[in-house]
Amino acid sequence: MLTVLRHAARRIGTSLLVLFGVSILIFVIARVIPGDPARVALGPNATAEQVGNLRAALHLDRSVVTQYGYFLSDLSRGDLGISLYTNRPVTTDIAEFLPATLELILVAGVLMVGLGMPLGILAARYLGRWPDHVIRVISLLGVSAPSFVWAVILMLIFAYWLQWLPIAGRLSEATLIPRITGFVTIDSLIAGNWAGFRDAWWHLALPAFALALSGIGQATRLIRANMIETYETPYIEMARAYGFPEGRIASHYAFKPSLIPSLTIIGLDLAALLGNAFLVEAVFGWPGLSRYGVQVILRKDLNAIVGTVLIISAVFILVNIIVDILTVLLNPRIRYAAGAGN
Amino acid sequence: MIRSLRILSANPLSLVGLALVGLVILAAAFADFLAPFPEHRGAVVDFVNFNKPPDGTYFMGTDLVGRDMFSRILYAYRISLLLGVVVLAVAVPVGVTLGLMAGYLGGWWEYALMRITDVFLSIPPLVLAIAIMGVLQPTLLNGMLAVTAMWWPWYTRLVYNITRGEKVEGYVLAAEVIGASRAHVMFREILPNAVPAIVTKMTLDFGFVILIVSSLSFLGLGVQPPTPDLGSMVAEGARYLPDSWWLAVFPGLAILIAVFGFNLIGDGLRDILGPDR
Repeated sequence: MLTVLRHAARRIGTSLLVLFGVSILIFVIARVIPGDPARVALGPNATAEQVGNLRAALHLDRSVVTQYGYFLSDLSRGDLGISLYTNRPVTTDIAEFLPATLELILVAGVLMVGLGMPLGILAARYLGRWPDHVIRVISLLGVSAPSFVWAVILMLIFAYWLQWLPIAGRLSEATLIPRITGFVTIDSLIAGNWAGFRDAWWHLALPAFALALSGIGQATRLIRANMIETYETPYIEMARAYGFPEGRIASHYAFKPSLIPSLTIIGLDLAALLGNAFLVEAVFGWPGLSRYGVQVILRKDLNAIVGTVLIISAVFILVNIIVDILTVLLNPRIRYAAGAGN
Repeated sequence: MIRSLRILSANPLSLVGLALVGLVILAAAFADFLAPFPEHRGAVVDFVNFNKPPDGTYFMGTDLVGRDMFSRILYAYRISLLLGVVVLAVAVPVGVTLGLMAGYLGGWWEYALMRITDVFLSIPPLVLAIAIMGVLQPTLLNGMLAVTAMWWPWYTRLVYNITRGEKVEGYVLAAEVIGASRAHVMFREILPNAVPAIVTKMTLDFGFVILIVSSLSFLGLGVQPPTPDLGSMVAEGARYLPDSWWLAVFPGLAILIAVFGFNLIGDGLRDILGPDR
C-alpha cells in the first residue's frame, strides 16, 4: 500500500507541473487575441479613457510575462479575475455551472463503463459469431458520429416522437430544488423531494446517454481487442482443459488481464467526455460549464476563457491520475515493481 | 499498396468501408456534376421552395432559404475532406519528427519535448481547439490551425514509444557503428518500422478529424456561412426540430457515413498491420 501511495504522490507532483504548463499555454493562447479585449468588452461607444482604465485594471498595458505573474499571484489566492461577460468573479461562475456538467459526465462515465465493458466481454466471448458482429457494428457506429449528432437523433426519437423523455433542460419548470451541492440528484435527496429526484434523472437520461455513446463504443472495442489477445494465452487453454464453463472463463480469467491495458485509454475517453459535453450541452440546453464556455469564447472574455479551460484541464488531469492509480492497484506486476524500484 | 488493398477487400467489413469512403470521395470530387442544384452551395435564396420535406425533386428536402440539402451536403464533403487532408498533412510530419527526436536523442530533448507533449495532451481534445478558435477569427485556415494544434501530440507520443523500443535493436546499433548520421538513423532506419502504426492511426484519425472539425463548426467556431459545412448545418437544423427534422438528420447522417467508412478501413488495416497502441 505504501508503494502505491508513493506512486500516487509522484504522479500528483508531475501533474502539478503539467498543470502549470497548461496554465502558460492557455494564457499565451488567450493573449494572442487580435484586437483589444478591453475595447471588445466595453463596445464601440466607450471613451478612450474608459478603455484605458479597463486595460490598466486587467494589466493589459504590461508585458505578457508581467501579466502572467499577476495571473499566478491572483490564482494562488483562488482568484481567476472578473468575467467581462457576467461581471462576476470567474470562480463564482464556474462554481455555479460546474456541478451540472460534472453530474452529466459522471452519469455518462458510469454508462460508458457499465455498458461498454460487458458488451466487450460478450463480443470476445462469442468472437466471430453473430453477437460479436452485432456488437462490433453497433460500437463502431457509436464512435463514428459526433455526440451532437447522436444527441439530435436521440432527442428526435425519444423526446419528440415517442415522448418518453423531456426535450431539454435539467429540471421541469415546476420542480424547485434548493441548491446545496449543485448536483440536483443529490440536492433533491437532501431535500427529501422524491418527485424532484425522479425529475432530475428523467432529464439526465437522454443527454447522458448521447454523451456516453461514443465512449461506450470505444470501451467495447478496446475490451474486445484486449480479450481476444488474452484468450490466446496458455492459462485460458488450461482453464478450458479443466472444464470451467465458458462464461466463467470470460468474466473471471480473460477479463481482468484485459482490463489493465484498456484502463489507460478508457481513462482518456472518460476525460474526453469533458470536451464532448460542450456539444451535448448545446443541444439539450443543459445549464453547465460547457455552455458557459461557449458563451465566453464567443464574447472573447479573457479571464473566463482561461479560468474555464484551466478548471476543465484540472478535472481532466485528476481523472487520469485516478485511472493511473487504479491501474497500479489492479496490476500486481506494476504494484510490486513500483515497490522494488525504490 | 495494391497488396494491402487486396487483403483489405477480403474482409467484408473493410470492403464496406472502402465502398463508403470511395462514395464520399466521389461525391466531393464530382459535386459539380452530381449536385442537382450546384448553385445552392452559395448564398442563394428560393423562397418558393423553402423548408420543404424530402420529395422527388429535393430528396433530402430544402433548408430555410430554399436551398437543396443534398447539393449542399455534397459540397460540404469537399470542405470536410480538404480539412482532413490538410490537418493530417501538417500534424503527422510535425508529430512524427518530434517523436523520433524525443525517443532517439534522449536526454534534454526527451524531457523537454515529452513535457510539452504532456501539456498539450492535458487539455481535453476538443477543448483546446475550442479555446484556440475562440481567440482567432473563425476562418477555414484558423480551423485547420486549431485542429492541427491538438493533433500532433498524439503522433509524437506514438512514435516516441516505438522509437524507444527500436533504438536498442541491433540494426540501429549497426547503423551507428558504421557512422550513420543521427538524421539517417532516425528517418531511414527507425521511421520505416513505425510506418504501419502511423498509417493505421492516420486512417482512423481521418474520420476523427472530420468529426472534430464538424464539432467546431457545430458550435459556431468553424467554417462560416454561406460555405456549406456539415457541422453548422446540424446546428442550424437542431433549432427547428422536430418539424423540419431533415435539416439536422441528413447532414448528421452524412458525417456518420464518412466517419464510419474511415473507421471500418482503419479497423481492417489494424488487423493486417498489427495493433497500434
